[in-house]
Amino acid sequence: MAEITLKSLAHTYLPEPQSPEDYAIREMNHVWHQGGAYALLGPSGCGKSTLLNIISGLLEPSSGDVLFDGEVVNSLPPEARNIAQVFQFPVIYDTMTVYDNLAFPLRNVRTPEARVHERVMEVADVLELTAQLKRKAKNLTADEKQKVSMGRGLVREDVSAILFDEPLTVIDPQLKWKLRRKLKEIHQRFEITMVYVTHDQLEASTFADKIAVMYEGQVVQFGTPRELFETPNHTFVGYFIGSPGMNFLDVTTRDERVMAGDTQLTVGKNVHDAVANARSTNIKLGIRPEFIEVHAEPVEGGMQARVEHSQDLGTYSIVYLMLGGIALKARIEEDQKTPSGKAWLRFPDERIGLYVDEFRVEIDHE
Amino acid sequence: MNKVYNNRAWWLILPMLLLVAFSAVIPLMTVVNYSVQDVFDANTRFFTGTEWFKEMLNDPALQSAVLRQFAFSLTVLAIEVPLGIGIALIMPKKGWQASAVLILVTMPLLIPWNVVGSIWQIFTRGDIGLMGWGLRELGYGYNITASPVDAWATIILMDVWHWTPLIALLCYSGLRSIPDAYYQAARIDRASKWAVFRYIQLPKLTNVLVIGVLLRFMHSFMIYAEPFVLTGGGPGSSTTFLSQSLTTMAIGQQDLGPSAAFSLIYFLIILLVTWVFYTAIMNMQKDDNNKEA
Repeated sequence: MAEITLKSLAHTYLPEPQSPEDYAIREMNHVWHQGGAYALLGPSGCGKSTLLNIISGLLEPSSGDVLFDGEVVNSLPPEARNIAQVFQFPVIYDTMTVYDNLAFPLRNVRTPEARVHERVMEVADVLELTAQLKRKAKNLTADEKQKVSMGRGLVREDVSAILFDEPLTVIDPQLKWKLRRKLKEIHQRFEITMVYVTHDQLEASTFADKIAVMYEGQVVQFGTPRELFETPNHTFVGYFIGSPGMNFLDVTTRDERVMAGDTQLTVGKNVHDAVANARSTNIKLGIRPEFIEVHAEPVEGGMQARVEHSQDLGTYSIVYLMLGGIALKARIEEDQKTPSGKAWLRFPDERIGLYVDEFRVEIDHE
Repeated sequence: MNKVYNNRAWWLILPMLLLVAFSAVIPLMTVVNYSVQDVFDANTRFFTGTEWFKEMLNDPALQSAVLRQFAFSLTVLAIEVPLGIGIALIMPKKGWQASAVLILVTMPLLIPWNVVGSIWQIFTRGDIGLMGWGLRELGYGYNITASPVDAWATIILMDVWHWTPLIALLCYSGLRSIPDAYYQAARIDRASKWAVFRYIQLPKLTNVLVIGVLLRFMHSFMIYAEPFVLTGGGPGSSTTFLSQSLTTMAIGQQDLGPSAAFSLIYFLIILLVTWVFYTAIMNMQKDDNNKEA
């Protein structure tokens, strides 16, 4: 059982880092609580795998500390850390049977054979591998192999956390949800801390209670899937989460009005004040495609936009709009009428986010 | 798709047929031709059937040469394969050291057979050879022209020196192709160094080792120039291997019929051993597949 704390952790692969860009992980503080199901979400190359390898001990951080239950484990090798890791491509021991694969971590520490048998049978049962136990691991399908590599982590009684490094990459789509459900089930049954690295937001939000979104070596937001969706802390989270991502408009104030380029936006006074008070040249308003009101007829306070085209995705459609010179996407549910030619838009004030220098600033909605 | 039937397409295999005929079938058939006849001159020949084959199979000198040959091949394989794997395991994996060691290891492979024999001939001389002189100075009466044991040991040492690099290079490339995740998973599973070797490295080396063992078996079974230069087959006939026996018979004594029969037997032995070895390995892997089917 462990609570994993990252204290002023940073890592670089370069011997003499000059700027923050040289760091794969920029200085961060983070806590993974015991028994939680977490996801580490981010695009390729954002440092998620590096972070995972630092936690498991395969990499030693350039600076800062990794603590397990308050103890610094920086210099402990992976074998001394009570942590299991499942890799992107299933790692199995080819020449061994499934049974021997599962027994391997236990036999390595000279567990009595009776105990080994007990554990292997238990884990095989949970993972639904009992029927395959006598088969050579080499000839299993990709998802079975991945279950075996997961099983080698579960079989150890001392494991306090399992780290997953994009474990479903090589699995067929129709089997993905099955394995994901299995993971959830295992998490509930064993109460093990699980950290799941992925670049797929759907995978992250179905697996995890809380998601850490990484961008350029930093955790830009740590929150529930709902928080990430409704109140993204950083423009990157807005882009990355949601399908399609959030609309961002560069804005300024002119003559008591909020302007996006030459287009005047109809927004409430508190939004205007917030924009006017921001001391930066990089001010953006963000609104999710789901929250833009699209009307086929003129409405009060509606901004007239041109409909470029729309994409029907079955249960909803995405409408591509031009508001002045700004491209916007809006999501329309299937029961709503899809406008053509012209549309009138409204941005509900409480759904607008203000981003100053890419980070969210709360708008006072009094 | 419409299938077009046109038997003229058979002509397309003609070039290949000719190529195979000239490269393999015709040369081989001349040997077969000699092996079943007794040829005196261009106009006089007698059909002998299997007579030469029987004679060759019953020749005690050749029988012992075959046994000697097997003993030699198995000995060098038993030394070179484990040694080659060992060298591959300790070779540096990156940086300039990797390139430097790679070149050093490859060096013996680039030396022609005759030259290897000559190098060792001089190396082992008692008067001017470093090894021969050194061993004598140490008090050991080393002499490859008098002692069969010394001659054997030297030839094996020479072959190990010349050909272990081949196994090492093959294994090195095999080891390089193992993804890091395997080693990382093994660390997390707390596998010992031995377990990593036994369950990750060795299984991943199976394919290159099959090639390595086959090549080394065929090569060593055909060894000629090195022992010929080094010991000339002696002392006595203690280091006379099959190729040398054959050459003596065919070139030295001009016994074309028996040599042809002997060549075919020689060829069939190599073919048989490699086939058995290859089939055995492939069957080992196939059995695994069947088990779970």
